[in-house]
Formats: sequence, structure tokens, C-alpha cells
Amino acid sequence: MARMEDFVETEQEHMRSLPLNEFESMPWAEGPSLSERRVAIVTSAGLSLRGEEAFGLGAADYRVIPSTTNSGDILMNHVSVNFDRTGFQDDVNIVFPIDRLKEMAADGEIGSVADFHYSFMGATDPALLEDSARALAGMLREDKVNAVILTPV
Amino acid sequence: MRAPRALWVPFELGRPLGAPDEPAFQRRVLTEALSLLVSTEGPVVLEDFLDDAPGPKAEDSTGWVCPVSFPPPPSEDEGPVVALMGEIDALAPWYQASMDRRGRTLVGVSGMTPRDAARYMVSFLDDEPMERPDNAKPTVQTFKDAFTDLMAYYSEAGTAQPGRRSSRETQSWFWHETAAGRILLELRAKLMAGSDKKLQFVATKILLPKTQGG
Repeated sequence: MARMEDFVETEQEHMRSLPLNEFESMPWAEGPSLSERRVAIVTSAGLSLRGEEAFGLGAADYRVIPSTTNSGDILMNHVSVNFDRTGFQDDVNIVFPIDRLKEMAADGEIGSVADFHYSFMGATDPALLEDSARALAGMLREDKVNAVILTPV
Repeated sequence: MRAPRALWVPFELGRPLGAPDEPAFQRRVLTEALSLLVSTEGPVVLEDFLDDAPGPKAEDSTGWVCPVSFPPPPSEDEGPVVALMGEIDALAPWYQASMDRRGRTLVGVSGMTPRDAARYMVSFLDDEPMERPDNAKPTVQTFKDAFTDLMAYYSEAGTAQPGRRSSRETQSWFWHETAAGRILLELRAKLMAGSDKKLQFVATKILLPKTQGG
């Protein structure tokens, strides 16, 4: 998230008008050290695989991105135009830091990298994503994931 | 969202890891974020990452200019399709240079070539737009996907050469220095004044960035 003063005025107004969702609970949890963590990426960058259906307006579903995916097969089809895409054109890791995670696993800084990662399309009201998020949590558990890095776009 | 552990970063939207092709910096960001997992100071941990990302900021003026030389604009009689096709053809070798340098492209969302995506979008300037190439997709989705591909094609071709540039500069180039930008602004005005509510929404909300007056 950028500094508010870095946005143009109309974008600042838009940001300030967004509702802040209420949550009934606070999911605090503690776990093993970083070197024992199996890490997955969950992003809201609107990423999909080449050939898959693109995200539509208000999409509440998600796409699965296997760890082995060639970066050339990852497309971005977020509906918003109010963020930079040139960084992602140059380097997939700017929103999907898969190469960095693999390096950290190779160096022993984290335990391992999950087999599967996930992308939502971040222009959707988060309240509509709950069913998908719960389904995704089950898939993360099946993949033995015990740490998730969320990269918001 | 109310993530129990969050690292606030000062980077521009679309760049949560900071800067492209800066693996050491990206890893610092990632390490600081993942390090929050071992904190026992709940129920909420919010830390700040205060260092700016390497390279130009979004609004910086770096002096970047697009190196592509476009053909002279066609006469009024020839219409917007001729202007767009000439521009897309002029960008083709630069797009190929981008593919060679980056080894990948973000074009491919719509299933249309850039020429077909442009032709489809421009047809909305007429009273009878072209039929959708894939009738299973709603019109508004086809329109959005064509736009995504056209933008990616221009952006990749225009920035095929490595070098310093800010994201605002490449946006301004597209919207103010290309025939595609001028035609899309004309199209946006037409769709905003039209009766199709979904296309009105697309024209109002997801064509023109707020930094360019959207």
C-alpha cells in the first residue's frame, strides 16, 4: 500500500470512501520457526494462467497457480486500471514472489514452498470472497501449508 | 481485511514487493514480512517498512520518451481503424524486442490478436458493434479482455528497451501521445453517454486511470 499523499486527489477520495469490514474474531495463531514453515502465496493481483478464463467484474472466485508454472504462462487480468502493471511486465516477482521464496527455501530461511498458490481479483468486495477463502483454506491445509504471504493489488 | 500480521510498505500500488528486477530488495521485504510470523505480540502486529523502493517513483519525471516512430496520422476520411492498425504495425518490431528481452508477454487474455482486439473495441464507435468472437462470453467481458490485451501490447512494446522510466510516464504516453489513447478517450465518451449500463460502468470505472483524469 502506497502512502496516501502519493495518490492523486481523486484516488485519495476513492480510498477514503471504501468501507472497512467488521470482523467478529481475531485469528491470531502462533506456529513453528520460519525454517519449519511451508509458505504459499495468496495474491489479489488478478493473476490467471494462459488459456484460463479471465476474471470478470466482481469475480469472487480464484485461480490456482502451481509452483512449477513458467512465468510466461502467468497473465494479469485485474479489472482495475489504477495501479502499475509495468513492474509485473518486467518481473513476475513484484506481486508473485515465487523465485524469492524458492531461494529462501534453498537457503534454509523457510522450510519449503507450497506446491500451489492462489490469486483473487482484488477489486471485488472482500465480503463476497468468504466462501472462496474458506475453500482455499482447506486446499492450503491439504498442501501442508503453515504460512501464507498475502500480496495485495 | 484484518490480517493479524501485516507489514506496511510505501511502494506504489501494483508493486507490493517494491521494484522489478531487484531480487535483493524483494527478498528483504519478504524476509521482514515473514519474520512477523514468529512474533508473539498479538492480537495484531503491524510493522512499517520505511525504505523506498529502488528506482523512480510513480510520479517522477525521468525524461523517458518512447522510441517508437509512428506513421503520420491518416486523413479524417480513413477513420480510426486505419490509424490504429498503422500504429499497431509500427509497434510490432518493438513488441518482438520486448518478448526477446523479457522472455514473456502479458498479451493473451482475450484470445484475440492486438489488431483484432483493437478492431473489436473501435467497432463500439459505430452504432452496430462487431459480433463477439466468443459468444459464450458477455460483451462487457470481451470488451474488458480486449482492452487488457491492447494495453499490454502497447505498454510492452513502448518499454521494450531497458532504462529508467516511471509508471506515470508510460501511462501518459499511451493516453496522450498515441492514436489508441485518443480513440479510446473518444470511445469512453461515447459509451458513457450511451444506454448500455454495463458498458457505461466499464467506460467510467475501468478504462481511464485516475492519474489520467478517469
